[in-house]
Amino acid sequence: MSYTVIVFVKQVPDTQNITGEAMKPDGTVNRAALPAIFNPEDLNALELGIQLKERYGAKLIVGTMGPPNAAEVLRESLYRGADETILLTDRAFAGADTLATSYALSCCAKKIGKFDLILCGRQAIDGDTAQVGPQLAEKLKIPQVSYVENVEELTKKRVRARRSIEGGFEVVECPLPALMTVVEANDPRPSNVKKIMLYKKAKTRTELSKAHSDANYTDAELLKEEEDNLRKVGLWIEELSASDIGADVERIGLKGSPTKVKNIQSVVLTGADFKVVDPTEAGVNSLMHELIEDHTLG
Amino acid sequence: MSNKIGNVWIFIEQEGGKIANVSLELVSKGRELAAKLGVATEAIFLGGDLSGGVDTLHHYGCDKVYMVESGKLEPFTVLPYAKSIVDLVKEHRPNILLFGATNKGRELGPRVASELMCGLTADCTDLQIDDFDDKVNKKQYKNKLMQIRPAFGGNIIATIVNTWEDPQIVTVRPGVMKLDDPDTSRKGVCVKIKPEITSTETVVNVIERVQQEKEVDLQASQIIVSGGYGVGGQANFKLIYDLAKTLGGDVGASRAAVDAGWIDHDHQVGQTGVTVRPKLYIACGISGSIQHRAGMSDSSKIIAINTDPDAPIFSCAHYGVIGDLNEVIPKMIKAFKSKV
Ligand SMILES: Cc1cc2nc3c(=O)[nH]c(=O)nc-3n(C[C@H](O)[C@H](O)[C@H](O)COP(=O)(O)OP(=O)(O)OC[C@H]3O[C@@H](n4cnc5c(N)ncnc54)[C@H](O)[C@@H]3O)c2cc1C
Repeated sequence: MSYTVIVFVKQVPDTQNITGEAMKPDGTVNRAALPAIFNPEDLNALELGIQLKERYGAKLIVGTMGPPNAAEVLRESLYRGADETILLTDRAFAGADTLATSYALSCCAKKIGKFDLILCGRQAIDGDTAQVGPQLAEKLKIPQVSYVENVEELTKKRVRARRSIEGGFEVVECPLPALMTVVEANDPRPSNVKKIMLYKKAKTRTELSKAHSDANYTDAELLKEEEDNLRKVGLWIEELSASDIGADVERIGLKGSPTKVKNIQSVVLTGADFKVVDPTEAGVNSLMHELIEDHTLG
Repeated sequence: MSNKIGNVWIFIEQEGGKIANVSLELVSKGRELAAKLGVATEAIFLGGDLSGGVDTLHHYGCDKVYMVESGKLEPFTVLPYAKSIVDLVKEHRPNILLFGATNKGRELGPRVASELMCGLTADCTDLQIDDFDDKVNKKQYKNKLMQIRPAFGGNIIATIVNTWEDPQIVTVRPGVMKLDDPDTSRKGVCVKIKPEITSTETVVNVIERVQQEKEVDLQASQIIVSGGYGVGGQANFKLIYDLAKTLGGDVGASRAAVDAGWIDHDHQVGQTGVTVRPKLYIACGISGSIQHRAGMSDSSKIIAINTDPDAPIFSCAHYGVIGDLNEVIPKMIKAFKSKV
């Protein structure tokens, strides 16, 4: 294994069908009220990571920041092909805007140590900001290549990638380590059922101790032994807190976020008060007449 | 420390020296914000060859243009631009910094904001000046920039405020701010800057670049006839083209029609397409999802043609034709031809 590739992913609420009730009074999201999914473009980033692993040999580490439940996207990453996973979870991370998020992720990357590439999806469907990738690159002082469609070549020192630009594409080259944000330009491969069944068993420390206490089992030594076993077979999800990654508490969560939500309005459809036009010749004629009369047409 | 607040800055995006429309829209909006705050409107204009652009910026109302010219700024890559902008901001501390929410603006803005440790709000659809009472932290802020944007797939509209040090940085979607008319009698100042770009910033090399003119520029269209999934197929899009041609307009589309492969993405109107505000928008066989409406609901006149009387498109329509587009459109063409 020659390269280390980190993919940062996010668990997001499915934004297709949501209401104002999904927001808490302080303007943050009530994630519990919504079905949570793997952010779509992060799956494209993961797929690119898997392709690099196949083409060049790489250790693929997938990280996410979120509530304990976000371990679900890490299990999914494991059965899709990740080698290691990291869950950043801590109450102190809550309420982070993109600046605080990218800072926390940068601490995680530093904690991992040596890496060649970081991949992120271009943007997440809950906020659509596309900011975390570039901000993370800045925090780590590494070059960024946004909107990547694919990697043309990876060598020990450099990466060459094709990225989309307005009205076309560009091929760019930059030294490693670098960060790339990935667009929906590949098809994340379906995973096979056997793997899904296997990796469903992956656990974080919190999940493991909960399983034990649920069974009224509190033998610390046994816990440690089970952890080691899970590690050995690649079913361990590393769980890290703010202090584990050496994050400055002033720079994470709500505290580390310069942007504040002043208010939230849910978008309501106003009652229809349009002029009904008969779909008949007469109806259409009078419509066209009206539009010509008021100089909209003609 | 003085209480004097900084000016309103607009990042001017250009390609081959041609200024992007969105930047001029932001100059128009920036002037309005600056007038409310009693400060100046200033442009930061970066590139390899900027001759000619400065006058245009003065005509649109920039009091001052910081002209940052260097061969290292062409072609566009993020790091040299970010470095030049960060240096300028640190020196002059503007109150507000606006970027277009284009591909370039959305990769450059975050890099700049992160280095300055400033807040950044993406894809704003409206900007206002107002006071902010932060009840959680018991702090009051005067004359802050209200950064208004849709979130959660357009299901909510959030107003966001940056409470840390200035500048307050945002990106704004192309086509949402109104472009004022230029006034050729306006004059302004131009400050030429030699940026300090080092080899640390020039590490990303553009090896190849392929760029095509868009098939259509819907943002410039006054009349748009859009087809959705209800058109039923690629061949049937001819009806939409016929109506557009008859009325002297251009053809738009919903994402469902684009995804079906009936028409190119350049035609897509909405959250992930273009935002338009023509004189007349005719939505044919488009249900009117929130994402579609986000890109067209500010059109002066909207006609919706749909077989389903409950389609949400009618909620933003001025005229509603409840019927089959295959029958209605030919009637419209005939009626128009006989009238003019
Ligand atoms: C993150 C995200 C971003 C998106 N961005 C965009 C975007 O930018 N733009 C966009 O458009 N969508 C966007 N969408 C998709 C959007 O949610 C809708 O799926 C899409 O707009 C639906 O397109 P449609 O109205 O053409 O199709 P449908 O919803 O299938 O509607 C077809 C309509 O045609 C009517 N119809 C059928 N036959 C006829 C007939 N013969 N005559 C008249 N009417 C007929 C039907 O009654 C129906 O109302 C986005 C979605 C997501 C999740």
